[in-house]
Amino acid sequence: MSANAHAVDHHTPTGWKRWLMSTNHKDIGTLYLIFALVGGIIGGVMSMMIRYELLEPTMNYFPSGHEFNVAVTAHGLIMIFFMIMPALFGGFGNWMVPLMIGAPDMAFPRMNNISFWLLPAALTLLVLSMFVEGPAGQNGVGGGWTMYAPLSTSGQPGPAMDFAILSLHLAGASSILGSINFITTIFNMRAPGMTMHKMPLFVWSILITAFLLVLALPVLAGAITMLLTDRNFGTSFFDPAGGGDPVLFQHLFWFFGHPEVYIIILPAFGLISHIVSTFSRKPVFGYLGMAYAMAAIGAVGFVVWAHHMYTSGISVNTQAYFLGATLVIAVPTGVKVFSWIATMWGGSIRFTVPMVWAIGFIFLFTVGGVTGVVLANPGIDRAMHDTYYVVAHFHYVLSMGAVFGLFAGWYYWFPKMSGYMYNETIGHIHFWVTFIGVNLAFFPQHFLGIAGMPRRIADYPDSYAAWNYVSSIGAFMGGFAVLIFIFGVILAFMKKEKAAANPWGEGATTLEWSVSSPPAFHSYDNLPRFKG
Amino acid sequence: MDCKSLKLGKGFAFAVFATAFFSFVVLLFVQGALAESTLPVSYQTGFQGAVTEVAEDIHSFHAFLFYLITVVTIFVTVLLLYTIYRFREGANPIPSTNAHHTLLEVAWTIAPIIILLVISIPSFRLLYKQYSFPKPDVVIKATGNQWYWSYSYKDQGELEFDSYMVKDEDLKPGQPRLLTTDNAVVVPINKVVEVHIVASDVLHNWTVPAFGVKSDAVPGRLLRTWFKATKLGTYYGQCSELCGKDHAFMPIMVKVVSDADYAAWLVKAKEEFASLESAKKFASRQGGLKYGVRTARLSGVK
Repeated sequence: MSANAHAVDHHTPTGWKRWLMSTNHKDIGTLYLIFALVGGIIGGVMSMMIRYELLEPTMNYFPSGHEFNVAVTAHGLIMIFFMIMPALFGGFGNWMVPLMIGAPDMAFPRMNNISFWLLPAALTLLVLSMFVEGPAGQNGVGGGWTMYAPLSTSGQPGPAMDFAILSLHLAGASSILGSINFITTIFNMRAPGMTMHKMPLFVWSILITAFLLVLALPVLAGAITMLLTDRNFGTSFFDPAGGGDPVLFQHLFWFFGHPEVYIIILPAFGLISHIVSTFSRKPVFGYLGMAYAMAAIGAVGFVVWAHHMYTSGISVNTQAYFLGATLVIAVPTGVKVFSWIATMWGGSIRFTVPMVWAIGFIFLFTVGGVTGVVLANPGIDRAMHDTYYVVAHFHYVLSMGAVFGLFAGWYYWFPKMSGYMYNETIGHIHFWVTFIGVNLAFFPQHFLGIAGMPRRIADYPDSYAAWNYVSSIGAFMGGFAVLIFIFGVILAFMKKEKAAANPWGEGATTLEWSVSSPPAFHSYDNLPRFKG
Repeated sequence: MDCKSLKLGKGFAFAVFATAFFSFVVLLFVQGALAESTLPVSYQTGFQGAVTEVAEDIHSFHAFLFYLITVVTIFVTVLLLYTIYRFREGANPIPSTNAHHTLLEVAWTIAPIIILLVISIPSFRLLYKQYSFPKPDVVIKATGNQWYWSYSYKDQGELEFDSYMVKDEDLKPGQPRLLTTDNAVVVPINKVVEVHIVASDVLHNWTVPAFGVKSDAVPGRLLRTWFKATKLGTYYGQCSELCGKDHAFMPIMVKVVSDADYAAWLVKAKEEFASLESAKKFASRQGGLKYGVRTARLSGVK
């Protein structure tokens, strides 16, 4: 197309400069996605190691519980900060938000560049932390992704924890910069005619996520800075011997940590709406309700943090408040699930690969959601806290909810981003192997949790062996599915089957389908005008 | 438009009916698997058997919630499956353009609110019951250390001891692996036992699932919980807050015995642990005040 010649006129950078010095939202989005793939593979290898250790009772893989804890910690941090967030928020967000609102690029293209390049540095620090001393005589951070003091202060005096803290500082700075960029872009650079109430839901979801990040991450930064000074400069924020309080860290951490789980899932909410609508050939049902349900989830998400701390010694009245507040979240979540189904209702549904992932998402997210309602009750939490029931719950909403959203988005936008079609059959096989694998891995963990098996233990009493074996087999199956996915991606790039500008037909109505696949270096030659 | 809402009504009716049927089948299946025992068993899907009223309340409240979430999940699943079957491209080539139904949207906002209100009432009741402390008959202080528990019987003078996990190679037949300790906590049956929980180094968590109690052990903070066990037996728990390398290896073992056996045990225990008294006292005074000080491992305690 003439766009290519046009791009050359603009001194389009090539080679390594194109990527290292990129200020183009699509290239940066691609970098985020590649980075997420690398992060996902590292985090995935960690999870395979964990499930291999837990395949059978007795210690049979890790030399001691500490190395197991290191793997658990790294798995959690990497999957959250270096896989799911870079993919959904950084990757799809960068690629699609400017396209969907008809903007030429992000508001601050150079800041976009540094937002991305902080992440490899952060991941490097975290990986390095595994090879320097944590507790005396052992390497790595084994304090869990929650990094509760005092295990993260006096419990692990070596520099590994400092590496991890600095890694999170960088990752946090990256996300804050990215969020500022998204907020500015979405508020100021929408095409003429696109009012807030006509914005695609994915853009809504990124906007709300960006607000959550800007509000939540500084609190994490403060908390881990206090950890850092407690560790190295003699302060005692979390040290009772100096008048500090270990529970204060938990409050600060979860004030960030709970919004963080919505940061993970909200972009998936947004893109699932598009996919369901596209392949039902129907507009999204209850668009405004969907947008404001996400806003409500984001807002209420900030006032429920201590439901992670029911056993930490907070008073009974505090627990009663957090019980009530937490149950409230189920209402907007229910609105979303029913609206997705109502979008399909009366539609003309095609079971393409992204649609199958989206339907899987709705089912698995519902299962994860209802166990959340159980865990909201502090009375029940007396039995469930820190057991595998919790592990099952958050893997259903995150590793199945958010990750199914991620794959749905990947297959939906892959033709747009790469310009090539993927192999439909391999996509379906990828879905079914993943679906069976993850359910086999995580459903039995509900049983283990109810029966009392604590999480984060490297070895377990023999009576838990049966379900753990099933769970590990499921996890290996899920791991194998990742190989199918990678094979599918490689095959698509080898076959180079050209994708049309809009491969999905009349159901796909958002602006990204109006430009070529892949879009030109500068997406829009003329400012699009939005009629919708 | 009218025709559409009628169809929507039919789908809901179908989903309601199918939900009722499937939940009945599922419950029949699951109830059979909910056999309760003192120790967890292979392929267990339910709780460990309750031996306190609070634990029984937890189990019955959970059974209520379990029924509720099963019905909700089946309802959503059936509705989802029905929708994708009924409105597949082959069966419905012309999609509707209907994207609003105010009444329906209000309904699916109100219905969950009502369900949540129904949940919250017994939930609040259970929570406040757990925190209504009856007058204690026995007060035990449990101190979490890396990686063992120390216990002191506050109303029994100097009775203090440490409780380490018995290593795999030292287990006697019948002792469960990773759950057995060298010195068990002994409590009388049908008496209110208040447990004061603290940690000396990092966070730990003292729990016995059969009693329905679980509380973090926090350095510098004394947390309280209570139980009144109504069945004789030995009950087990495991540290439930990540505490480092041997987190998996610091179990909690509690023996519920008759009053007479309890009295006899007190006499014997005081004698047995007396020789270690001075060393212990040092350790337990440090515990909870300043962490980083370790109790020296006392060899020969049995």
